[in-house]
Amino acid sequence: MRSRRYAPIAGLVLFVIALQLTLSATGTTYYFTQITMSVYYSLVALGLCLLMGYAGQISLGHAGFFAIGGYTSAFLTTHNIATSGGGSAVRWLQQFGLLVERQDLYGNTIVHLSPWLALAIAMALTTAAALLVGLPVIRLRGHYLAMATLGFGIIIYRVVLGTAGLGEADGFSDVPPFRLFGWLEVNGRKPFAAQNYYIAWTLVVIVMLLGANLVRSRVGRALRAIHENEEAADALGINVARCKLTAFILSAWLAALAGVFATHYRGGIGPSEATAFKSIRYVAIVAAGGMTNLWGALAMGVLLNFLSLRGVFGSYDDAVFGAILIAIMLFAPDGLIRVPRLFRRIRKKLDGSLAA
Amino acid sequence: MPIDQIAQYCFSGITVGSIYAIVAIGFNIIYNTTGVINFAQGEFVILGAMTAISLAAWMPLAIAIGLAVLITALIGGLVELIFIRRVKRPTVLRLIIITIGVSILLRETMLHVWDEKVHALPFFTGTEVSSVTLLGAHTSPQVLWVLGACALIVAGLSLFFKFTAPGRAMRACAANRTAAQLCGIKVRWMVTASFMLSAGVGALAGCVTSPVTQTQYDMGAPLAIKGFTVAILGGLGNSVAAVAAGLLLGLLEAFSISLFPLAYQDVVAIVVLLAVLCFRPSGLFGRRDAHVSGEF
Amino acid sequence: MGRWLLDTQGLNRSFGGLHAVRDLDLRVAEGHILALIGPNGAGKTTTLNIIAGALKPESGAVRFQGRPITGWKPHAVAALGIARTFQTTRLFPRMTVAENVQTGRHIRSRAGFLAGMFNLPRTWKEERAIHDAALAILEKLDLAELAETPAGNLSFGRQRLVEFARALAMEPSLLLLDEPAAGLNIYETGELARLIVKIRDWGMTVVIVEHDMSLVMEISDTVVVLNEGGILAQGKPSEIQKDAEVIRIYLGEDHA
Repeated sequence: MRSRRYAPIAGLVLFVIALQLTLSATGTTYYFTQITMSVYYSLVALGLCLLMGYAGQISLGHAGFFAIGGYTSAFLTTHNIATSGGGSAVRWLQQFGLLVERQDLYGNTIVHLSPWLALAIAMALTTAAALLVGLPVIRLRGHYLAMATLGFGIIIYRVVLGTAGLGEADGFSDVPPFRLFGWLEVNGRKPFAAQNYYIAWTLVVIVMLLGANLVRSRVGRALRAIHENEEAADALGINVARCKLTAFILSAWLAALAGVFATHYRGGIGPSEATAFKSIRYVAIVAAGGMTNLWGALAMGVLLNFLSLRGVFGSYDDAVFGAILIAIMLFAPDGLIRVPRLFRRIRKKLDGSLAA
Repeated sequence: MPIDQIAQYCFSGITVGSIYAIVAIGFNIIYNTTGVINFAQGEFVILGAMTAISLAAWMPLAIAIGLAVLITALIGGLVELIFIRRVKRPTVLRLIIITIGVSILLRETMLHVWDEKVHALPFFTGTEVSSVTLLGAHTSPQVLWVLGACALIVAGLSLFFKFTAPGRAMRACAANRTAAQLCGIKVRWMVTASFMLSAGVGALAGCVTSPVTQTQYDMGAPLAIKGFTVAILGGLGNSVAAVAAGLLLGLLEAFSISLFPLAYQDVVAIVVLLAVLCFRPSGLFGRRDAHVSGEF
Repeated sequence: MGRWLLDTQGLNRSFGGLHAVRDLDLRVAEGHILALIGPNGAGKTTTLNIIAGALKPESGAVRFQGRPITGWKPHAVAALGIARTFQTTRLFPRMTVAENVQTGRHIRSRAGFLAGMFNLPRTWKEERAIHDAALAILEKLDLAELAETPAGNLSFGRQRLVEFARALAMEPSLLLLDEPAAGLNIYETGELARLIVKIRDWGMTVVIVEHDMSLVMEISDTVVVLNEGGILAQGKPSEIQKDAEVIRIYLGEDHA
């Protein structure tokens, strides 16, 4: 039984490797950059899929969580802590290896927080934000959460756009690489394109693994139950508000995680990552993939973002996603991709031919 | 703060607040008839103004505005017919998503039909420098037009819903859809009518404030959010309360300029929204349990 | 521990102008089948909803095994071992029959988000137990072949049965049934009667709101007749059948 659950993931790993070999054969790192970014964006979509498909709630502000992750990490790894005073705190951090010393763009030596610490702080901030937004509205009807998250996303956008310390319209652009361990580093340098490609996909594979487990588990059933009939779920002892909130926080974490990694990968982040358009784009991706379908969200996330980054949609970029939203709701409300059904059909065919 | 500056802020706040109130009323009309929040509400406002601006080049202003309101109302009806009505198994989640899609589509269409530049209707009376003096403050006569239009809309809608057959029919749909159907009311057409009415009302608001606030293709979304804030603040579905709430938010925004930098002005509305959702989701005047999670 | 498994004291609940439940003192003895009957609008379902936590009473108290549970949320009430079914079947249509019943095991299992995600051995064991328990219940109710069918595809009568199975999966000590016979034909109602008696024999207490008089009179240990929010009469089925007041409110003045 377990092999059935994990077989698709093994398939994914093979696909990822095959894709990498194909891309390397082209001799250019151009596609790597776009695919890697698309993979990070689809991480956000995966979290949103958990929220929309399983908990049945909608968030129109997930770009805000991505931005919280990215901006926090960017700020903390480019801000020279030595200038902020607090000498004893600096020494204490240094003792634990939580500080990094490097040369910045202008040749000055700056001391900043280690990316791991920045990541931890970013996740803590994300949790706080998710609680702040989610806790009051989770018990209310869905369109309240939709509006609250939309409002939250706009606040984040306004804050990053309007604050000088966060780079205003230009954002950050000299974010250092993120040394994971040993020689493994998240950076944007060309020779490391394949390595970064794999780092991004590894995150996704881990999430798919955990997601596959979660969906089949007691909590997964509880979430689906909530989505299908909240009152009945309540009567079965499921703490609906807590489940929804936890799903919301988890999805926020994924978005923030994607934000952190993507920022170190690209070496920067700008306010355009926090716009309402971005948030709506994530919703369109999840809807197109089928809201209860993690694979759909992944496939659509990579595909649509890749096409968008390649400029295939031109100046109609936003219009395309709007059209997708409409078309999906009208013609394919359960999404375009039904991978589990596909697998089931293949299995049935195999069983049939074996029995014959 | 000197009295005339206070009055100045007040007029500015009331002007902006009126348009928020009208957008909120548009939300309420559709919400009352269908239970759906129409995210594209703000686009109707802008669409009305843009259409009037184009038409005004060829015909007298009054006719241009009248025609623009009609055209926008028709488009509102079309939106309902083409997009909303055809959603299979329309859960609230799906309807929200589709109205978001519609709002994006409308906005991008406006961008490509017109352009990204700022436009404005000419002032109805006088020019941008003429002013009237009220309570020691100088304000544009357009403000009086705005307040007048707002009052007219509210009064007109009240009469419509109370005394006309279609109006009562729409209220019936809002109160009890099945019963309304059993009474022979064509609920589906009432839904279309509510979209048309909302769009028309929004268009009128857009035309009347265009000289003061000016019009740009992407102003729809912020308007929608603020309109929604006002609708919730007054109590979702309660249009009279929406007026009061709209004026309140407008004044809050206007006076916030004296405290925060301009860049954060929009944030005021959203903070109000989040605060209302946090502490009193049924709004200042709404029913206590109207908002609690049932379906969706 | 009180003598009664469940009792209410002075419950009151109005909807606008309608006083649906009036100073209600209901007492449910353990191991009994108690039927709540009365004309439409008598307050039966409202009472059930208040007990189950779906509605808050305006005044009065509800006690379970002597402990006050007034105003507790539905999931908290369920966690105590009080299961309920609904007037209109509320299955999870896109989940299979087996999954529906497995969800019923929610309060008898513990794995949370983290345990679910990481799927460690302890969690596998729990999942195995959940699967087995669910299958056992399905077998008891003769539904085992339908285990992998999406619940939404079943016939009405079968769906009702699955909702039962799901409630039984909670291993409740008290089962609240809201018009379980509604829409069932004579044969299905007969099956239902046998099932409810079996459930009582397994040790559960059942409170059933019902309109089907033959079902009520056949299986109940106690019948409580509600009228306009208050108790008109209560006692054994045979006593109620002869009660003049009851006959009057059901059949009109002439028959008294």
